[in-house]
Amino acid sequence: MTHLRWVAALAAVVVALVVQVSLFPHIAWHGIVPNLCLLVVVAAALTVEAPFALVLGFAAGLTLDLAPPADHVAGRWALALTIAAFLAARVRQDQKPSALAVVGTVAAASFVATSLFALSGVLLQDPTMSVAGLLEVVLVAVVWDVLLTPFVLPPLMKLFARLSPQWATS
Amino acid sequence: MRGFSGQDGRERRWTGLDRLESRNRPPRSLLVALVLASITLITLDVSGGGSSPLEPARRVVGEAFGPAESAVAAAVRPFTAVPAWFRSKDDLADELRDLEASNAELRGQVELAGFDRNRLEQYDGLTTAAEDLGSALVPARVVALGSRQSQSFTVTIDAGSEAGVGPDMTVVNNDGLVGRVLRVTRSTATVLLVIDPDSTVGGRVGSSMEIGFVTGSGSLRQEAGLDLRLVDDASVPSRDDTVVTWGSATGPYAPGVPIGTITEVYSSLREATQRAVVKPFVDFSALDVVGVMVPSGAESDRAVIEADGSLR
Repeated sequence: MTHLRWVAALAAVVVALVVQVSLFPHIAWHGIVPNLCLLVVVAAALTVEAPFALVLGFAAGLTLDLAPPADHVAGRWALALTIAAFLAARVRQDQKPSALAVVGTVAAASFVATSLFALSGVLLQDPTMSVAGLLEVVLVAVVWDVLLTPFVLPPLMKLFARLSPQWATS
Repeated sequence: MRGFSGQDGRERRWTGLDRLESRNRPPRSLLVALVLASITLITLDVSGGGSSPLEPARRVVGEAFGPAESAVAAAVRPFTAVPAWFRSKDDLADELRDLEASNAELRGQVELAGFDRNRLEQYDGLTTAAEDLGSALVPARVVALGSRQSQSFTVTIDAGSEAGVGPDMTVVNNDGLVGRVLRVTRSTATVLLVIDPDSTVGGRVGSSMEIGFVTGSGSLRQEAGLDLRLVDDASVPSRDDTVVTWGSATGPYAPGVPIGTITEVYSSLREATQRAVVKPFVDFSALDVVGVMVPSGAESDRAVIEADGSLR
């Protein structure tokens, strides 16, 4: 069952990444697109046990760092998504999370991940960007992620819950 | 499958609490391990610089994702044309008028630019003697764009090493300079756009032949433009002047490719330099068909546009 879950999770990350770089730029707002990989990681963190979500966050971040259009220092998204997964896994309760809790978690995770990525860029002086530009990117990214939550999170959470019965949250 | 079914409510509640506790305690050791792994990767990549140990990994991931991105982009392309069907005759008439106006303006520019280009060619002809500037173009389409969250302005194109594309080649479209190739896989290549804050292009002001450096501003808006700093502090660039690449036959950017027009000039007293804003000719928010400049006669898996305009 664990293997199947890993396959499903990694397939979800691959699909999310390809859609994120090839489809969403057509409807992007000033080049800012929804971070679908982050949504997959949050869905895992809200449904299955924390170690799985943490490792998935690291793997998804590493894929974002290495897949073609990316040219920033590798490891920055891996760091950001690992910490986002850790925070999202802490939020989860025993009951199935309410819609509001899911949206709140996505917004918080999106804010934390994008800000961490931006901050690591400032520290490494990878690209030199103005603070106003960074704030705009972070806020618009949060809005995008929250907008896509109703369409992406429920099916993914159902999938993860079905593939991990011992953690199923009826 | 369900290990906890069949127990009474009270029991379930207790096990529920148990699970709650175990679940709300994500393993700190794993978090620390993964964070340290990320930091190790960052350190490796930063200290590696150009020959970073992660380049092979990037290449492998690129080989895997390149075809998928090309396929999705090809599937999406028919739908991106849909908004164009719902346009009224008035819209089209408006657009025609705008295009006629800009066409006339551009024709004026081109006539002047031709003069400048001729001078540049003469100059190049004098200095580089028999250097062959003729190069062929490999046509390609943009299949993926990096997001603003990732803070780098890079795109993936669907031509790779099999099409004769290699690192540091110049990428243009029919408006002007797009960027340069960073790395290639078999079927795709990653292109650094000139608007990336890390991108610096050697530029030459068309009318005065002064040289300078054009840096990206990190914005997709065309008005935000590029930054031009001239090497000679004394010369003042003039508005509406065309900037072309200074380039060399061996460096990343081929010479004489139009970059943009100067829209504003600032002089900084403190630094005693001239800074000009260059509006690029290329609309980077609507990139589609681009050409990669390859040496004339290069092997390719597709039709190549030769320097004299013929298809091969």
